[in-house]
Amino acid sequence: MSILGTRVVRNEDPVFLTRGATYTDDLTEERLTGALHLTLVRSPLAHATITSIDTSAALDAPGVVAVVTGADLDISPALLFPGANKAMTRPFLATDRVRFVGEPVAAVLTEELYQGEDAAELVDVEYDPLDVVIDPLAAVRDETLLFPEAGTNTAAAYGYDEEPDAAFFDGCEVVVTRDLVNQRLAAAPLETRAASAYWDGDKLTVYMSNQNAQGGRDEVAGWLSLDKDKVRVVLPDVGGGFGAKIGSDPEFAIVAWLAKQQGRPVRWNESRSENMTGMVQGRAQRQTVTIGGTRQGRITHYRLDVVQDLGAYPRLGTFLPMFTRMMAPGTYDIAHVDSRAKAVVTNTTSVAAYRGAGRPEATAAIERAVDLFAAEIGMDPGEVRKINVVSPDKFPFTTKGGVEYDSGEYARAIDLAMEKAGYADLRAEQKARRERGDARQLGIGVSSYVEITGGGAFVEDASVEVHPDGSVTVLTGTSPHGQGHATAWAMLASEQLGVPMEKITVKHGDTDLIPRGSGTMGSRSLQTGGIAVHNASTELADLAKQRAADLLEASVEDLEIDPLNAAVVVKGVPDRSVTLADLAAREELKAEHTFDAKKPTFPFGSHVCVVEVDTESGKVTVEKIVAVDDAGPILNPLLCEGQRHGGIAQGIAQALLEEVIYDEEGQPLTGTFADYGIPSAAELPSFDLVEMTTPTPINPMGYKGIGEAGTIGSTPATQSAVIDALSHLGVTHIDMPLTPMRVWEAIQEASK
Amino acid sequence: MIPLAFDYARPDSLDDAIALLAEKGEDASVLAGGHSLIPVMKVRLGAPEFLIDIGRLAELSYIRVEGDELAVGAATKHREIVDSAEVAAEVPLLGAVARTVGDPQIRARGTLGGTVAHADPAADLPAALLALDAVVVLQGPRGKRSVPIGEFYTGVFTTVREPDELIVEIRIPRCGDKGWAYEKFTRRSNDWAIVAVAVSDDRIGLVNMGSTALRASATEQALAGGKSIAEAAALAAEGAEPPADTHGSVAYRTHLVQVLTRRALETARGQG
Amino acid sequence: MKVEITVNGESTGADVEPRQLLAHYLRENVGLKATNIGCDTTSCGACTVLLDGHAVKSCTVLSVQADQQAVTTMEGLDGAAEGRPEHPVTAAFRAEHGLQCGFCTPGMVMAAVSLIEHDDDLDERKIREGLEGNLCRCTGYHNIVRAVLVAAGKDPDAEQRAEAESDALRTAPGFSRGESAEEARA
Repeated sequence: MSILGTRVVRNEDPVFLTRGATYTDDLTEERLTGALHLTLVRSPLAHATITSIDTSAALDAPGVVAVVTGADLDISPALLFPGANKAMTRPFLATDRVRFVGEPVAAVLTEELYQGEDAAELVDVEYDPLDVVIDPLAAVRDETLLFPEAGTNTAAAYGYDEEPDAAFFDGCEVVVTRDLVNQRLAAAPLETRAASAYWDGDKLTVYMSNQNAQGGRDEVAGWLSLDKDKVRVVLPDVGGGFGAKIGSDPEFAIVAWLAKQQGRPVRWNESRSENMTGMVQGRAQRQTVTIGGTRQGRITHYRLDVVQDLGAYPRLGTFLPMFTRMMAPGTYDIAHVDSRAKAVVTNTTSVAAYRGAGRPEATAAIERAVDLFAAEIGMDPGEVRKINVVSPDKFPFTTKGGVEYDSGEYARAIDLAMEKAGYADLRAEQKARRERGDARQLGIGVSSYVEITGGGAFVEDASVEVHPDGSVTVLTGTSPHGQGHATAWAMLASEQLGVPMEKITVKHGDTDLIPRGSGTMGSRSLQTGGIAVHNASTELADLAKQRAADLLEASVEDLEIDPLNAAVVVKGVPDRSVTLADLAAREELKAEHTFDAKKPTFPFGSHVCVVEVDTESGKVTVEKIVAVDDAGPILNPLLCEGQRHGGIAQGIAQALLEEVIYDEEGQPLTGTFADYGIPSAAELPSFDLVEMTTPTPINPMGYKGIGEAGTIGSTPATQSAVIDALSHLGVTHIDMPLTPMRVWEAIQEASK
Repeated sequence: MIPLAFDYARPDSLDDAIALLAEKGEDASVLAGGHSLIPVMKVRLGAPEFLIDIGRLAELSYIRVEGDELAVGAATKHREIVDSAEVAAEVPLLGAVARTVGDPQIRARGTLGGTVAHADPAADLPAALLALDAVVVLQGPRGKRSVPIGEFYTGVFTTVREPDELIVEIRIPRCGDKGWAYEKFTRRSNDWAIVAVAVSDDRIGLVNMGSTALRASATEQALAGGKSIAEAAALAAEGAEPPADTHGSVAYRTHLVQVLTRRALETARGQG
Repeated sequence: MKVEITVNGESTGADVEPRQLLAHYLRENVGLKATNIGCDTTSCGACTVLLDGHAVKSCTVLSVQADQQAVTTMEGLDGAAEGRPEHPVTAAFRAEHGLQCGFCTPGMVMAAVSLIEHDDDLDERKIREGLEGNLCRCTGYHNIVRAVLVAAGKDPDAEQRAEAESDALRTAPGFSRGESAEEARA
């Protein structure tokens, strides 16, 4: 029986559930003994020039070994995203100007952890405030510039080569347009950022909490002008990332530089308050959607305009509008699609990837547009979707977004979700409540989505080796931080080699051991790294058979892997066998495989959300969410469902609860977990998952990515459900998050 | 984040605690459960030089019926109030409101005296105690005094307690068959209330509608004058000066308090 | 100041600053690193441990407040010393996939242990509300709730079905808890 597709519990868990995982701040490595503790002094202002920094009082404080400012640091300011405006570099410690609350200004090194915070308060920095620009739509106007030398706040612009066609929607019977906010979110992994570093001569070792050891190494090496082979990056266990731990952070370079300067190891573990301004944030798009079509429900035209808020220094967020444009038409077969995007800097925390990274923004926009279109022509939102989605016979389907969807059955996913939710009954219940004039109204939202996974980094390596004791080591360039690769990759190896799970160790996140790799992001891991492990395991099984052929005096064709004994056996002759361990004892038994997927895959699905809205208070209760998420065949349903659950929760949280808010001066109003609305168990229901399996032709296993799907589908379904609950009151749109106050205000506005 | 350094003592008796408080004066803060004080100290919005820990004084931790009143020691934990059969029988509103404070871990440490002393207008229990017509018993070098809860608060985080006084007890009239309800409105389960309304019979306490917990006097008078619940509840925001923040504007809180007051009154009168 | 704290049944002691947080005592003085610190505001619950039998957030308890008392961390649960998650809660977390990155897990597990210890008839709603002080960013809580149901001796499928079909939930305020006389007496 195959282990693939079964609910294997995790190899990670015995440690995680007894002594706990080992995160960067938990390290007790001998080489970190006596490490100095780094505490950063951060800007309290969003935009200001620094007029002076006086470190003398801090230097006199107990336990202080050094206080370092930007003037001391010989690392050149870096452009954190290569495609951005070249003038928009970030200094590692600000010297003359700060551009967001939380920007590091000075570094304090102390013997003890507790001494750091005391001393940091004594660093006296004087600022001369500058005008602040928070709103990206204001930043576009270039009235207040963050980088005067750049002459503009626009870091990148896409699709502006041609003037928009003023006659684009001519001939449409129906045209609806709307400005939308896809609000700024904090990734807020439970483990904040952390790094430790030590030097061995000219060789630097950095431990960091990250999603990609090799990328992190390359960045640290680049910033510090070191050869890559002089930098070793090790990722201990990582307490969540959600996109915000892709690549090194500038703080990591400071840790490494200080360790060199002091000749002592240095540790840094930020507080949550620092994290909420210092760690990159996500989403942060302003969108304008315009949709056109026929009164019979056929959508023919769609235009999406995006302004991406980048925060103060351009990072990965600069790229994300490209994903948004690419996925703009969603699951729909729309004849005419037009989009453009501008990415601008503001006096806020930098924006990069957050679960979905560009695709949730595309999906939220098109789904809201389709709902508005459906409302305008008075058609059921589920029906409008089914009329317009790409039909199964059209795959591979090249979209007007310029990408090739690999496989899909979008209408069937919608049908499955609506059926499971009991759509007709829900509509009847909704009608009854409306007729009774209940205070608590029912709303039903339907989303249809397709997303892109494994986009960008198509190549991944794997090595699989059997040792003479029968154990197996798998090396992978992916970098799990909760996804369970230690289990999933072991399943792939176990399937081919017949080695039991407990004898397989998956290693990742050490650049000396695994120099190449692209890490875990963009839901890429299984369809790249997993396939590499599968292929390496298959090749290793073939190699074992070749080696065994001589020993067993049989031809390779007559040999097979004995799945119960981790051995090569002559077919039909159980006692003529040799174990893989024995083969490994004779000669190294190892296979390495580099898999190039060449293309991304396009998972899809449909979510139905049911909410109850208290029309008197504006409170929204999620009653039910049904999720059809099709990512092809499932390697381990337990892990796959876990990814979907987590994604759904984060997606609902965007719709209803979470938003990073700044006041007009650029002060964060959501700088702690007391203010930022991460849901607890009490705010969420259990989730109804529905299975659907459409393989991709892109890889031999048919696997697509599942890490972000839940987030992409649930947000628009939830937003749509709340608006649907209030549609009879005249409410047509509410921006996210749909807080009780916003919902109440929308009802008030509509009743005027 | 960690507090600034301070000195600490855990006296063995109430008398010792009061003597120490008199000695240290305004440099000292009283620590009971610490779930208001320690968070403030961690973000360094407060930095007392000395903490006097009364959290383990058995003589301040009790719940007992005394005549027409329920007496609750100041260091009694929220959890103990939630679990108390005496509270459930005599002052059920108190137990129900205590159950909405923070989360189980916070209720395992936080104390009734602590939340009363902290004087946060967004806290649940002060408004409930207003509705319950409770009395705060203070003790200092000059002896004991009792202050009706309605006269205890002077502003945000300020009370009539003298720096050398400890809150030692909260006394609450037994409720008998009085109807009661607590309507708490939050975005997340363990958030502070955006607005909350506590009703005990014809007395109404409001959470987060001004600089202190306050009573909905206009509503109470309207009810006494024979107005309907709906008519009376519409007056719930009269005289209130609610704050505005990311969760609620003044207009929203003004609206919300009316809805919650109506619902609480309906529940309390068995019409809900 | 000298403190003596029984941790997982063993007596421990140290001379600490009065301002030291219990979470740091456990991590730095005792060397038990399972207990994590995830926030500054007593919000996330990653630092949850048992203090004299009740779940508390050890980032908001001073070490000196725990002097002469007993603390239990995840490392003190059945089987933990041998690396085997054999306590009913840890076993159920593994079986139901109630953890992903693992950072909230030690606190979530200890909150669940306390919840089960103090309520012998848990259902899904009580578990969800009982875990309100613990944030998880990975699991969406679905499998955590299942794990706690299993550890409490309940059938998770039946309980989740009952909760989904419950009319009580349909009219309950989902994002807070109004309390009524009727509900509290029930």
